[in-house]
Amino acid sequence: MTTATDPRLNAKIPEGAIADKWNNYKEDMKLVNPNNKRKFKIIVIGTGLAGASAAATLAELGYQVDAFTFHDSPRRAHSIAAQGGINAAKNYRGDGDSVHRLFYDTIKGGDFRAREGNVHRLAEVSVDIIDQMVAQGVPFAREYGGLLDNRSFGGSQVSRTFYARGQTGQQLLLGAYQQLARQVGLGGVNLYNRTELVDTVVVDGRCAGIVVRDLLTGELQSHAAHAVVLATGGYGNVFFLSTNAMQCNVTAAWRAHRKGAMFANPCYTQIHPTCIPQSDPTQSKLTLMSESLRNDGRVWVPLNPGDARPAAQIPESERDYVLERLYPSYGNLAPRDIASRAAKRAVDSGRGVGPLKNGVNLDFAAAIERLGKDVVQERYGNLFEMYERISGENPYDTPMRIYPATHYTMGGLWVDYELQTTVPGLYAAGEANFSDHGANRLGASALMQGLADGYFVLPYTIGNELAPLLNKPIPGTDHPAFKLAEQEARDRYSRYLGTNGKRSPDWFHRELGKIIWDNCGMERTQAGLTQALADLPPLYEEFQSDLRVTGDGASINQTLEKAGRVDDFFQLGMLMCRDALERNESCGGHFRTEYQDEEGEAKRDDENFAHVAAWEWNGDPMAAIRNVEPLEFETVHLATRSYK
Amino acid sequence: MTASHGEHLTNLTLSVWRQKGPDAAGAFESYRIDSISDEASFLEMLDVLNEKLIDEGRDAVTFDHDCREGICGSCSLMIDGQAHGPQRGTATCQLHMRKFKSGANIVIEPWRATSFPIIKDLMVDRSAFDRIIESGGYITSQTGGAPDANLIPVPKPVADAAMDAAECIGCGACVAACPNGAANLFTAAKVAHLNLLPQGQAERHARAESMVETMDEYFGSCTNHGECEAACPKEISIDVIALMNKDYRKAKLANRKEIARS
Repeated sequence: MTTATDPRLNAKIPEGAIADKWNNYKEDMKLVNPNNKRKFKIIVIGTGLAGASAAATLAELGYQVDAFTFHDSPRRAHSIAAQGGINAAKNYRGDGDSVHRLFYDTIKGGDFRAREGNVHRLAEVSVDIIDQMVAQGVPFAREYGGLLDNRSFGGSQVSRTFYARGQTGQQLLLGAYQQLARQVGLGGVNLYNRTELVDTVVVDGRCAGIVVRDLLTGELQSHAAHAVVLATGGYGNVFFLSTNAMQCNVTAAWRAHRKGAMFANPCYTQIHPTCIPQSDPTQSKLTLMSESLRNDGRVWVPLNPGDARPAAQIPESERDYVLERLYPSYGNLAPRDIASRAAKRAVDSGRGVGPLKNGVNLDFAAAIERLGKDVVQERYGNLFEMYERISGENPYDTPMRIYPATHYTMGGLWVDYELQTTVPGLYAAGEANFSDHGANRLGASALMQGLADGYFVLPYTIGNELAPLLNKPIPGTDHPAFKLAEQEARDRYSRYLGTNGKRSPDWFHRELGKIIWDNCGMERTQAGLTQALADLPPLYEEFQSDLRVTGDGASINQTLEKAGRVDDFFQLGMLMCRDALERNESCGGHFRTEYQDEEGEAKRDDENFAHVAAWEWNGDPMAAIRNVEPLEFETVHLATRSYK
Repeated sequence: MTASHGEHLTNLTLSVWRQKGPDAAGAFESYRIDSISDEASFLEMLDVLNEKLIDEGRDAVTFDHDCREGICGSCSLMIDGQAHGPQRGTATCQLHMRKFKSGANIVIEPWRATSFPIIKDLMVDRSAFDRIIESGGYITSQTGGAPDANLIPVPKPVADAAMDAAECIGCGACVAACPNGAANLFTAAKVAHLNLLPQGQAERHARAESMVETMDEYFGSCTNHGECEAACPKEISIDVIALMNKDYRKAKLANRKEIARS
C-alpha cells in the first residue's frame, strides 16, 4: 500500500494553526477588480443549495453566470426535501458549543476520514450561514421572545440545529432560489431550465466548458466558460431505492470523472436510520422521516423473536430499547451509521415489526405523556401527517415503523481546499464533492455544507483561480474539443434509441440497485463485493445490447433521459464496489463485516487506510486507477469512535 | 424485493390525456391496469403503466415528478377533475391507491390553465411562476453583509404565520383549480411570507406592486371562489390574498416618489 502523495492530489491546505488557515487563505488570495469580474464567465450546474447560492453570490460579485438545471424551476432541486435542520456553531443555547466543537464532532462523526482544514472552515462559516439566511427571510423556528430556537441532532451533545418545522431544506432552498431569482430578474444570471449536462470539455488540461442537452428539444449545445461549478448532488440512486428524488443522478459528476476529475471514496454512502420500510414491490422510492424524530422517539423491538402482538400489548419488560441499551450516553441520538446497523441487526435477528417484519418501532408514547400531544404535534406534526398518508397508520396512537435506507453519499468528486477538482477550472460543491463528511455525515450537516460551499467558499476561491487569467483568451465553442464532445453525446443518445432491445431503463436500474444494495449496502464482505464485481459487467453488457427506449430524441423523452443516467450509474456502481473491496477496514458508513470488534463496532485501520482513495478514469471503471491522498491529523487525535 | 401485504385493486381503467407537443392536438387514451397494490402511490401506478407501455413498444406517458414526498412541487395532474386528486391537503405523489376502488375509471389530465401551456401529455410549463418571484419575491440581502441572526427578533406568532405562507410548494394546483386561472394564492403566499417578517419591510411596498403586476401579465383575475385553497396541497389559507390586496393598495400610494420621501 503506497501512501506517497500524488502531486495531483495536493489539497493545498493553507499554512498556520487550524483556526487561522481560512483567514490566512483569504488574506493571501488574489482578487479580481470589480470592473474586471464581468469579463469572466462562470457556469454553475445544478440549482440546489450549493448551486443556487454560488450562482447568486457570483452574480452579485459581478461575474457573468450561466446556471443550468434539469428541472422546470431551480426551486425543485432535491435540497428541498431535507427535513430536520441545519447545524451552526452559534452557541445560542450557552451549552458549550463552539467552532472547535462543531469541527471536532464533524471529524469524529466522519470516523476520522475527512480533511481537517476543510472541516474547520465549514465550522467557521456555519455561523455566517444562519445570519445570511435570516436576513433573507427564512422563517426559522422561534422562541416566544423572538429569538431563534434550536434542537439536537445525532452525533452531538449540544443543541446547535436551526430548523423550520420539518421543512428546513425547503425554506433554505427557497431562500437561495429567491436570491438567484433576483439575479435572473436583474440579468446577472442566465438561467437554463430543463437542460441537462451531458459532458464536460477539457482543453489543454483545463476545463473549457460543457455540453448540455435541451430536454424539450433534444438539441445539444456547447457553452464555454472560465470556470465550471458542478453542484449536482449525490449518487444515492445507484441503489434504485433510496430517499433521493427520482431524478437525482450521477451523470454530471461521472462525465467529469471520465474527463479527468478523480472520484474520491465512492464507497462512502450513508444509510439513514429513519425511513419508512418498503411495503410493496412496485415501490419507486423510500421516504425519509427526519432524524429529528429521534429527539423524542424511542427505538425499540420486541425482546423475543416472532412476537407479533401489536405494540401496545407488549409490556415494558418485553421490549428492547436497542439504542438506549447499547449506547447509553447518546441513546436514541447515536450517529446514523450506528443507529442503522443496530436496526438492521434487530430485524435480522427476527425481531422486526410490521406486516413484513422489516422495521423497528419509533415510539412517541413517552414523549406524548411527558410533553403532551400538542407539543409533539407542534414539533413533528407535518412528519406525522406524512407518515400517515404513506402508511395509513396514525403515529400518535401506534409507533412509527422505520428502517434504514440510502440517503446521502459522502463520496464524490475529489476537490482540494479551493473545491477545485483534479481538472483546473472545474469545481465541485455540495454533495457532489467528497470533502467534509469523511466516512459518515452527521445530521443537519448537508445543508450546512451546501450553503457553506456556495456562499462562503467558492466566491473566494474561484476569484483566486481567475485573477491570473484576466484578458487571456479561452477556447470558444467552435474548438474541436467541443465538437467532438457534442458528437459523442449525439452518438450516445442515438445508441440508446437504436438498441431496440427488450428491457426498459427502469428494469435495468432495479436490477443494478439490487446488486449494489445486497453487496455494497449497509454491510459489505469481500465475498459479496467480489460477486458484485462479477455480476455487474455482464448486466451492463445486457444493458448495452437489450435496452429498449421508446419515443424519439427530438422532443421530451423521459425514458431516454433515464437511459443515460442508468448507463452512468452502472459505471459508478462498479467503481463503488471496487472502492469498497479495496478499503480493508470498517469506517463510518463503510462497514466490512471482516473488520469489527467483539461488540460488532466498526474497526478502522489507521495505519493503512487513513487516506482518501481518489480514482482515476482509465477507459473502464473496472480498470480505474486508485490514487491516494494521505490524511494528516494535526489537531485531533485519531481515536476509536465511541458513543457509549 | 418483498411481497405486498396490502389489498390489491383490480380492473382499473385509466383515461389519460395524450398530446405529442405544445401545438399538437391531444386526445384521451384508455389503458387498463389489471391489478395494483393499494400500498402503491398514484405515481407508482403510472410507473407500472409506463413499464407496460414500453414493453409494448409504445411511448411512455410524460409527467413531471421528482421528490415523491410532497415537497418539490413537481407533480401535478387533474385526477377525476380535481387538482392533485381526491385527498385534501395532499399532492399527487402522496396520494395512494387505497383512496380508489377496484373497477374505477380514473380520468387523468394535465393542469388546466392557459398560463401553463402543455409541453407533452401531462407535463405543463409553469415558468410564469418563476417570473413572478423574479419580479420581487425575495429580500435583497447580498451575501456577506448580514448582521447576527439574533439581532432581528421575530415574535413567534409572526414567524409562524410567515412559515404557514412560506410552505407553498409552487405546484400550480391553485391556478389549475381556479375557474379564472388566477395565481393569487401562489403570489400572495410569497408576498405574505416576506411582508410579514421584519426583514421584509424595506421592500414591502415595492414587492407587492411588482409581484401583483407581473402576476396580472400572465394570469387571470381573482374573483374569490376559494377553489385555490381547497386544492392547495399545503392548505394555504386565502387570508394571504387579503393581505396581498391590502399591501398592493397601500403600495400604489406609498410607491409614489413624493410620498416615499416624506
